[in-house]
Amino acid sequence: MIDASQSLIIIAVMAGVTMLLRFLPFILFSGSTPKFILYLGEVLPYAVIAMLVVYCLKGIDFLSGNHGLPEFIAVLLVVLLHKWKHNTLLSILGGTICYMLLVQLVFV
Amino acid sequence: MNKATVKHAFISSLPVMAGYIVLGTGFGILLSAKGYSFWWALLMSITIFAGSMQYVGVNLLATGASVLSTALMTLMVNARHLFYGISMIEDYRDMGWRKWYVIFGLTDETYSLVCGNPKLPDGVERKNYTFLLTLMNQCYWIFGSVLGAILGNAVSFNSAGIDFSMTALFVIIFVEQWEKAKQHFPAILGLAVSVICLLIFGADSFLVPSMIGISIGLFLFQIKMERGTE
Repeated sequence: MIDASQSLIIIAVMAGVTMLLRFLPFILFSGSTPKFILYLGEVLPYAVIAMLVVYCLKGIDFLSGNHGLPEFIAVLLVVLLHKWKHNTLLSILGGTICYMLLVQLVFV
Repeated sequence: MNKATVKHAFISSLPVMAGYIVLGTGFGILLSAKGYSFWWALLMSITIFAGSMQYVGVNLLATGASVLSTALMTLMVNARHLFYGISMIEDYRDMGWRKWYVIFGLTDETYSLVCGNPKLPDGVERKNYTFLLTLMNQCYWIFGSVLGAILGNAVSFNSAGIDFSMTALFVIIFVEQWEKAKQHFPAILGLAVSVICLLIFGADSFLVPSMIGISIGLFLFQIKMERGTE
């Protein structure tokens, strides 16, 4: 374990850079926002959420192990549950319990 | 701050509560395994408040990483937050005293709940709602990480797979955005570019190329749209 002051420096750098990334757009475009940035702001959420879904599933190995089958089944269940009831908690609980059962009992 | 606002913020935060307590606990357990007490988990969750970065941070601490490599690693892992900021510029413009905190606390999960200006029930004050939601989410994250650091490796419950709750949350938001979007191109572009970049660059370094690809794609799409309307 490294000493406390070295640990504090590493934590401060992580916190500082993370804050910089979060604040930068607001600092740069505090006055008038360029048209393309406004447009990006409008359409980015759609593209970014798609990217986050891929980010969550990035660990899947299609060529070996379970071939991503538990993830595929659980994501499909979440989509179907949500299309059916539009109840966020139900969809999350249903999908997560299904996934846990799959990785703990079925695809061991 | 009225009752309806507090109530709606709490209900909206429930899925994140589940996810953050689990993910936060995982982080706390990892950090304590490297010899750090719960005070360190508390400090990191208050000042950094970025889930995946804190997981990476455990390794940076364990290996005694340099300032430069810590900064570069943070840039790579968290660059996606630039995108969140860009898409919230207008919505967060008139946040008043809440502004600095809601920007500081714009995590993946909070972003997913506030982006695209979702409809709120009557009587819910949007600014206070956004502030409370951000604050509640950070409380869950802090609680989870401290709990994990205290529990250490003493968890007996088989929680394998419980982190899927985060994936499920993002999938649900994807579905809801899909249903309300006038154009599906941005969502399809985000999905396609990310998958292609994942295949080319691998799981550890596909985010930055994905963001560049998405920006270029949206730029070209806008030019095409403008030509179409002229």
